[in-house]
Amino acid sequence: MNLSNLLTITPWPALSAAILLLLLMAALYFARGTAHQLLRAAAAALSRGLRVAAHSVIHAQRGLAARNREVLLAAGRESKERLVEREFTRVADTVRKDLAGYPDMHRRLSEAIQRIEEDQEEAAEVPPEAPGWAQAVKVVANLDARNAGAEILADIHKSMVKAHAEAMDDYRKASAERHVLLRRMMPDWRSIRETLGHVNKSVESVIGRSQAIDRHMQEYEAIVRGEDRALSVLSSSSIVYFFISALVLAVATAGTAVNFTLIARPMAEMVGGTNFIGGYRTADIAALVIIMVEISMGLFLMESLRITRLFPVIGALSDKIRVRMVIITFLILLLMASIEAGLAYMREVLLLDEMATNALLRGDAATGLVNSHLWITTAAQMGMGFVLPFALVFVAIPLETFVHSLRTVVGLIGIAALQALALILRLLGNGCRHLGALACRVYDLPLFVPLWIETRLLAGNGSGSWKEARS
Amino acid sequence: MKHLALLLTGAFALALTSCAPPAARNTGVYLLIDTSGSYNRQMSKAEQITLYTLTRLQSSDSIAVARIDTGSFTEKDIIAKATFDDRPSTANAQKRAFASRVEKFIDQAPPAPYTDITGGLLQAIEYLNEKHPARKEILILSDMKEELAKGYVRDIPLDFKGFDVVALNVTKLRSDNFDPRQYLGRLDDWRARVEKGGGHWRVINDLDHLDGLL
Repeated sequence: MNLSNLLTITPWPALSAAILLLLLMAALYFARGTAHQLLRAAAAALSRGLRVAAHSVIHAQRGLAARNREVLLAAGRESKERLVEREFTRVADTVRKDLAGYPDMHRRLSEAIQRIEEDQEEAAEVPPEAPGWAQAVKVVANLDARNAGAEILADIHKSMVKAHAEAMDDYRKASAERHVLLRRMMPDWRSIRETLGHVNKSVESVIGRSQAIDRHMQEYEAIVRGEDRALSVLSSSSIVYFFISALVLAVATAGTAVNFTLIARPMAEMVGGTNFIGGYRTADIAALVIIMVEISMGLFLMESLRITRLFPVIGALSDKIRVRMVIITFLILLLMASIEAGLAYMREVLLLDEMATNALLRGDAATGLVNSHLWITTAAQMGMGFVLPFALVFVAIPLETFVHSLRTVVGLIGIAALQALALILRLLGNGCRHLGALACRVYDLPLFVPLWIETRLLAGNGSGSWKEARS
Repeated sequence: MKHLALLLTGAFALALTSCAPPAARNTGVYLLIDTSGSYNRQMSKAEQITLYTLTRLQSSDSIAVARIDTGSFTEKDIIAKATFDDRPSTANAQKRAFASRVEKFIDQAPPAPYTDITGGLLQAIEYLNEKHPARKEILILSDMKEELAKGYVRDIPLDFKGFDVVALNVTKLRSDNFDPRQYLGRLDDWRARVEKGGGHWRVINDLDHLDGLL
């Protein structure tokens, strides 16, 4: 039954339409309560579902945040432990170095002091000999013999002048000897001053280290206590490390690309230029494998040197095996670098050969011309081929930082995403609830006439009992 | 565990892909040079095209240069042929030697009384099919006017499936100037014959613009 059929229930379509409209309004009016309940229930169910989903997401976000916090604190703890360990190692080295030299230093100081004491004793000033003639002159002067006394006194005067001259000579000699002894003390004084200065420097170094250790320990304790400030510092540091290491890794990737370009062409001479593995040229794959092996060797070298700690197994090896590993990885790297330098040279040779062939085939007259400065590019290529493998060794450091900071950064991104999702779900939940109310209003819109009549009737009755009964 | 299984499956798939026989990526070129009296003056262009072709070819590609004479369906008409080595340096040496051989031929090429283009094409198809290249190109340097000696039967269907046939420097004969329909008709006939055999036909007369070739 279509609309045209419905309009034929009376001979007048307008009347039919009016009757149909009235019937429809009546049906809608009587079903209004049920329809409102349905709309509200549907909206409430949807809203509740979305809110539950939002709560779940918030719960997951809290779990992730807690995990991220643990990861961050663990990373911070480990980092601080390494720092403190390194500082202790330095202090130990300083103390060991100084204590190892302490017996010798003590002996030198004792000897120097002993020498100084001896010299000091020897340099003690000897008072000039007491003039023995003074008493004799007094006695002679009191004698009652005029002429004989004068002669005696003249002799005594003479003897006294002579004795005075001898005493002065002795005094000068003794003073000179004392000065010599005092001068001999000078190197000992200097030696003592230098030794004490060295001791002072060592002590200051140890004090400086101990202050650094104190600072690290305070930070470490803050991390162990899980303080928010420490967490915030660790979080921001982690993000900074992430971006810096990503930048350095990007630079390293560019270096790898240059390295690849250097050796890809000559690799075709070794493994053939037309073999393919899974859609990629075997020569390209071989060149990449060489570079990857170099990077792996670099990682192992850094691990063996305990600069990075990506592989705990290597770090836990005994020192003897580690040193062996360092030597072996370094030798392999040296070999690889030499091979790369050779390949870089081969690349230049092949390039020249190809250029010469193409020039010959094109019939260029300039085939005989050879650039006299070509050796510079050849040498540069060889140098790059040799240096780049060693430069790529240091990729291990930013790689380690990147891997460690990646966990935190991914966690932070996850938390932010979950927060955003929770917010969206809550907004949608609230929106659904309001949408239910809006749907009820929209439902009532075509029923404004019966609703108006109902309101008037209610107002006429003047009581809410009818309304309660109606609802 | 699930991740490990996924990783192993991926590695296995990669290994399978790697072990699959590699698809051919090389090119095979067969250059036919018309040595008939009417075309003998264009031999220098044959050298130009040969050298250009050599610059475009890479390791593992194949090339053969053959002449079109009275009876061209024979290996004896192949002037030089080579399949370039995997190693680029050896391939370069091969190219130089090949260029030298073609140059020598161009200098001493005797004019042929007849023009057996069909025989040359048959020989080209046979040669390139033996080499199994991924891309097969037959280059014909000729006025495309076939003149067969008595007794030579060349009214046979040619299988050009997978072949690109390029007519280069198709010169106009004196008679074509009187009646251009002869020239156009000749080209149309060859086009129809190649396309009927499943091949792709092209004409390049401007040898200064060979960029589209190969």
